[in-house]
Amino acid sequence: MKDYEIIEHTADIGIRAFGDTEEHLFENAAAGMFSLICNPSLVRDTHAYPVSIEAEDRETLLVEWLNELLFLFEARGVIFGRFEVDDISEVHLTATAFGEDLDRERHRLMADIKAVTYHMLKVRRVDGRWEATVIFDI
Amino acid sequence: MADTIKYREITPYVWEIPRTGGMRVPGLVFATAGLMERAGREKALEQVKNVACLPGIVRASIAMPDIHWGYGFAIGGVAAFGREQGIISPGGVGYDIACGIRLVRSDLSADEEADRLPGLVHELSRSIPAGVGRGGDIHLDRRAMDRVLSRGVSWAIEQGYGWPEDVDAIEDGGCLQGAEPALVSDRARQRGLSQSGTLGAGNHFIEVQRVEQIYDGEAADAFGVFEGQLCLMIHSGSRGLGHQICTEQVKLMAGASRRAGITLPDRQLACAPIDSPEGRDYYAAMAAAVNFARTNRQVLTHLARRSFEHIFNSSAERLGLDLVYDVSHNMAKFEEHEVDGVNQTLCVHRKGATRSFPAGHPSVPERYRAVGQPVIVPGDMGTAPYLLKGTETAMSLSFGSTCHGAGRVMGRRAARRVINGHQLKTRLESEGITVRAGRTSALAEEAPEAYKDIDEVVETCHRAGLSQKVARLRPLGVVKG
Repeated sequence: MKDYEIIEHTADIGIRAFGDTEEHLFENAAAGMFSLICNPSLVRDTHAYPVSIEAEDRETLLVEWLNELLFLFEARGVIFGRFEVDDISEVHLTATAFGEDLDRERHRLMADIKAVTYHMLKVRRVDGRWEATVIFDI
Repeated sequence: MADTIKYREITPYVWEIPRTGGMRVPGLVFATAGLMERAGREKALEQVKNVACLPGIVRASIAMPDIHWGYGFAIGGVAAFGREQGIISPGGVGYDIACGIRLVRSDLSADEEADRLPGLVHELSRSIPAGVGRGGDIHLDRRAMDRVLSRGVSWAIEQGYGWPEDVDAIEDGGCLQGAEPALVSDRARQRGLSQSGTLGAGNHFIEVQRVEQIYDGEAADAFGVFEGQLCLMIHSGSRGLGHQICTEQVKLMAGASRRAGITLPDRQLACAPIDSPEGRDYYAAMAAAVNFARTNRQVLTHLARRSFEHIFNSSAERLGLDLVYDVSHNMAKFEEHEVDGVNQTLCVHRKGATRSFPAGHPSVPERYRAVGQPVIVPGDMGTAPYLLKGTETAMSLSFGSTCHGAGRVMGRRAARRVINGHQLKTRLESEGITVRAGRTSALAEEAPEAYKDIDEVVETCHRAGLSQKVARLRPLGVVKG
């Protein structure tokens, strides 16, 4: 069972993430997004960053969660390789992102993700599993 | 998959998508039959239809020949909304607010200086920070950032990043009025601060180019452009600051749309009435990002002029490195347009479309007013960039708008699968194009094959009358992130 797959959009790139629980779904979506930015095997998880998100519905929660990680990456210069969702409801999430300070030489960044969009955004249960689709602006 | 969208050719190069369902106005697409068919295949036409459903839209939901599937609004779209009944939408501008192009001319002959060009490209790549996650050398404190956001390029000129006459060659004189720095969040500022004076990645670039062909001698003279000339083109946007503003505003607008009772065919079309607190706040924050983007391109221009001085051992003034024009292709602006014989103030959204105002228009810089506004359309590594001029026809057909580039036809991953970045670099170098890229493998994503034929796009705009060709250029050196 794969955690996520990359989906193609003419100008941009998206991911489809999967999870047997909502926690895993959100963890896998974050891992999928960061796999576009950097090869995860190059990221050491020496630091833990707590993240807490509130949103009005589950789909917005996903966008906000990914945008928060993107913000930390860009403004604070930290790159993430692993995620643990500690607590989640439809409108709230607390999680820990594991990673380290960005090192341009070692991390060999790939994509410049400008934002997480609401376009084609979908979070749903399919045959007892969670599935999410999200498109990034690149 | 959605139903096939029905459309018909109303005049050569102009297609109408008739009103159906919730559409308030028809769709209007400028394209050849081939470009039209491709747009339909990738659902971009459905997006044109969706935009036609938004409240207060005037005349038509318009698309340029370089249209392609975006998020929410199609890229290559133009939509104008009435001030009273209309809406403003961050999705109609895009995340990279005021992404745009500037062209710098010179007195140099590309052929005579051929030996120095690889050195120049190297120097540009060394002095201009580019690429994902790369920080810049310009450090702004909060007060300086406020000035950039409210005043735009004039701040940069005062700090010595350019010449006073540069300001006249920038859309809106380098400053979009109505910007409100207080509405730019700390998060947006933080993302912007670390990237001031950087080029960015993706399709952004700095190119050294040669003017290959002149189509309109009078306009070329006015723009200071001649055959064989060495020019510099910069393509960049508002960096993380603009991305963060759009991210925050799309979220705020979801609530605003609901409160205004607007049904959205796509959440990314979230919008607010122009005359609402959310609508006004978005405009003021967007205008700040516009000023940031233009200031950033000004700083990049300054760094590029220093590179020329270093390589040619002469001053930028003596080298004639004048700014021809700076024009954005992701923006919403209040403009006067004639609708059914009456002048109205409209909020014109251009997302992947370039303003194309005609001769005589008061918004065209005085020095170009006799010929029309310069329109700069980038090519894509190895394909030709163009210099065009604005027209009266554009005013009557497309709210004074034309294309913004070739438009993607291939996804980034697909491009990586079929094109090898190293082979592409070798191929470009065999064509005499020096390439400096942060990561060669990423070059493949921006390969010419991933884009529509720029000549076809520009020719379509020319024949439809949205812009007139002035000059065609050719890249000699490319710096990418």
